[in-house]
Amino acid sequence: MNSNGESHFDVIIIGGGATGAGTARDCAMRGLKVLLVERHDFASGATGRNHGLLHSGARYAVTDHESAEECIKENMILRRIASHCVEENDGLFITLPEDDLAYQAKFVEACTAAGINAEVIDPALARSLEPSVNPELIGAVRVPDGSIDPFRLTTANIVDAKLHGAEVLTMHEITGFVIENGRMKGVKLLDHRTKRTKTIYSSITVNAGGIWGHNIAQLAGVTVNMFPAKGALLVFGHRVNNMIINRCRKPANADILVPGDLICVIGTTSSRIPFDECDNMHVTREEVDLLLSEGEKLAPSLRNTRILRAYAGVRPLVASDSDPSGRSISRGIVLLDHETRDGLAGFITITGGKLMTYRLMAEWCTDLVCRKLNSDRKCQTAEIALPGSRKEESQARKYYDIHGSAQGPKYSLDGVPQPSRDASATAVTSASQAETADKSAEWRHGSINAEINATDADSRALVCECEEVSVAEVEYAISNLHIDNLVNLRRRTRVGMGTCQGELCACRAAGQLAKAGRCARSAQDDLEKFLQERWKGMYPVAWGHTLSEAQFTSWIYEGVYGLPVIENK
Amino acid sequence: MTDHTMNISENNFEQCLKCTVCTVYCPVAAVKPEYPGPKQAGPDGERLRLKKPAFFDESLKYCLNCKRCEVACPHDVRIGDIIQSARIKYSTKKPGLREMMLANTDFMGTVATTMAPVVNASLGLKPVKAILDSVMKIDAHRTFPKYASQKFETWYHRHAEADQAKYAHHVSFFHGCYINYNYPQLGKDFVRVMNALGYGVHLLDREKCCGVALISNGLIDQARHQAEINLDSVRKSAAKGMSVIGASSTCVFTMRDEYPHLLGIDNADVRNSINLATRFIFSLIDSGKAKIAFRPDYKLHLAYHTACHMEKMGWAIYSIEALRMIPGVKLTVLPSQCCGIAGTYGFKKENYPTSQAIGSTLFRKIEEIKPDYVVTDCETCKWQIEMSTSVSVKHPISILADALDFDRTTALNLKT
Repeated sequence: MNSNGESHFDVIIIGGGATGAGTARDCAMRGLKVLLVERHDFASGATGRNHGLLHSGARYAVTDHESAEECIKENMILRRIASHCVEENDGLFITLPEDDLAYQAKFVEACTAAGINAEVIDPALARSLEPSVNPELIGAVRVPDGSIDPFRLTTANIVDAKLHGAEVLTMHEITGFVIENGRMKGVKLLDHRTKRTKTIYSSITVNAGGIWGHNIAQLAGVTVNMFPAKGALLVFGHRVNNMIINRCRKPANADILVPGDLICVIGTTSSRIPFDECDNMHVTREEVDLLLSEGEKLAPSLRNTRILRAYAGVRPLVASDSDPSGRSISRGIVLLDHETRDGLAGFITITGGKLMTYRLMAEWCTDLVCRKLNSDRKCQTAEIALPGSRKEESQARKYYDIHGSAQGPKYSLDGVPQPSRDASATAVTSASQAETADKSAEWRHGSINAEINATDADSRALVCECEEVSVAEVEYAISNLHIDNLVNLRRRTRVGMGTCQGELCACRAAGQLAKAGRCARSAQDDLEKFLQERWKGMYPVAWGHTLSEAQFTSWIYEGVYGLPVIENK
Repeated sequence: MTDHTMNISENNFEQCLKCTVCTVYCPVAAVKPEYPGPKQAGPDGERLRLKKPAFFDESLKYCLNCKRCEVACPHDVRIGDIIQSARIKYSTKKPGLREMMLANTDFMGTVATTMAPVVNASLGLKPVKAILDSVMKIDAHRTFPKYASQKFETWYHRHAEADQAKYAHHVSFFHGCYINYNYPQLGKDFVRVMNALGYGVHLLDREKCCGVALISNGLIDQARHQAEINLDSVRKSAAKGMSVIGASSTCVFTMRDEYPHLLGIDNADVRNSINLATRFIFSLIDSGKAKIAFRPDYKLHLAYHTACHMEKMGWAIYSIEALRMIPGVKLTVLPSQCCGIAGTYGFKKENYPTSQAIGSTLFRKIEEIKPDYVVTDCETCKWQIEMSTSVSVKHPISILADALDFDRTTALNLKT
């Protein structure tokens, strides 16, 4: 494609979240000529700002049967197609003395009706399976929940879309549309790097902008009535739990504790916010207090555990077309064909839904795109594994297979417990620092780790010590995964996501980026922005060791390196 | 015992601010690139292991448990304990014959002392050393400490026990394996000094090896068993108002700190009853509770080596000040650093080069100073320094016993 925008695509997808990335992959796999545009970075909106929970659907079973059914189906599909993004650790729904134990029977019945394997277990067994759980629990149900990494999931979809010919532009924001005679013919883009605009043409344009899809639709002259609902979460410094812990009651605030990679996350809160806050959310003191006081009830050791940071995401709640006031909110998938709905041909909005159903949303959306383009190619995204989850590709190297459950039965695709494959999960014993970094890289990238060439001492050296990210992994990400800045690099590799929050790794990573062709000046600006971004998340929980760590970081960067002092805004 | 899964914040690992000063002070990280260093092996690695035990890294075996990382840490993270606990919890390597032999000091000592001349002669023979080296992987450079033909306990019962009741004050003596099986003279020196100060010395009801070698060689159940026996004896002694004094810094450190931290055995009720010989004696004299007189003709240049566990306890000052009480002693305090042996660590063939590399600057310093003796509270430091330098090594208690004017000291303490 040239910068004059003369090329023509079958479909342009707006939005680099899980839904946009999944739609790009699906469209590309069905032979379409695809362009994905993202104003910032992949998974920089709601996709990257949630629990990272592979819902079994149990949470929705009582209140929303349809969502629950969708969840358990997608859950089983994701275990197969995205195994490197998923940890099959199962979940508990616990009943505490203050909860109504009668809800448990209703809950199990609803789960069973939705096809979710919900097994009532003895509280003593729950305590032994998950020692961090509140020992006062009076009831426990085991369900096939899991952990999922939304950053990796999105990246893997992007990588596969590109392998199928899709083109991808990050840092490109929609500024307008080319609409002629009731048909959308193209998009106007601003390239944030060059500050230049361009126009690109396509037969179909898909709005997969999440909550920002509200504004994108407005730019196209159609109305999609959305309501931003903010959800705040806290990240703890290490894993307290290895199974997901939920409360067995009507869904409420701060009742899910999810382990994810080296940390665990408690959330969420829920509050409506105005649109202008979506791009700059702050976690309030009240939210932190609520998350802590409720979180302790799930796992009392959270009380003594260091909190790394706080963050908030925004759910795209969509008002149903029959009631634009927003009183009747759909949490299900919303696919809008603006040709039939608004008389604007060539424009589709896919929104609502949840991370768990991104693939199904992409499938529905791509089905509609294909119908409009008279293609009868079938969706294969439920069958063909994502790059990273293809074990056969990693024959050249030892495949550690570390994602499997360490404790108890696995669930097959129909939800029936399967024998554990524990032996392979712990078969690795030979010793070296490089090996733990290699295992960490495989945890993150799955079978793609075979492409990361940590062959000599220099490339095996660690950039990020907390998360064990090697120079080779950073180089791989910079070359292959659309890295413009340190924040992008963090989302692809976890650089700076560990206990030190960038204290030791940020300058090293900035050096790697500078080496890869950035000028030193821009690398320094980037470093400042990155540390500012880290501090923003630490600020709401800046006490105790987290505050000490932040102080130490400021000594290093402001005191030793002479970066400008960060101001609290 | 403490359930490690119940309190995952134990050993303060989340207090780590990633300053990395621990790795700067790690003697192993400085010479062995295969070892990731205490920050990585300890608090950083712990997060990985909490995710999946498969992230346990066998290179943690290179940690020699000197605890110098913990001394360096400004934020009170028990880094050494995190590493040793991880080895106990996650290592899949089972102790072999070599580990059993090196760790079972009581068994080996009991057998060896009964036929000491034969054992000593054969352990020094080249073919035996060659077999130990090639089959057992115990490095041929190492010399096993000589076994005594009479155990300290036997000597005590025959020659000392009857006299002890006559003193006004009393202590229990945790002699440890080295004194009992290899070097009873140090035990005799201790009894002599304590008697002169007016203290009767008694053996514990039952004493087993403190277990430090069992812990470092992965024989945890046996270590717990022996710890319980020792603590039971310590409690009986404490109930009679008698402190339990050890001469070996490592035995004392193990019973005070490793029992609760690594074996999960609560000793809080008697921890303060367990004391080190030099600390006990110096405190007696410093506080005026006892008086000491030295021979005027005792003139020596001594160099004090701070053993790692002395550094960890912060007690080197007591040994140093005790030696400084002797008028004829010129004392050089060597820079505090690990000598490299770390108990059984340096005996293992794979660790020998690391062990010697760690100690090399210390050995050079000793050869430069050429003192009459190096003095240290740790027996394995003694073996290492004697093997690696031309200077003999003595325990501070032996120095005090040699320098002591026994009759005058006895008289001084009778008066008070």
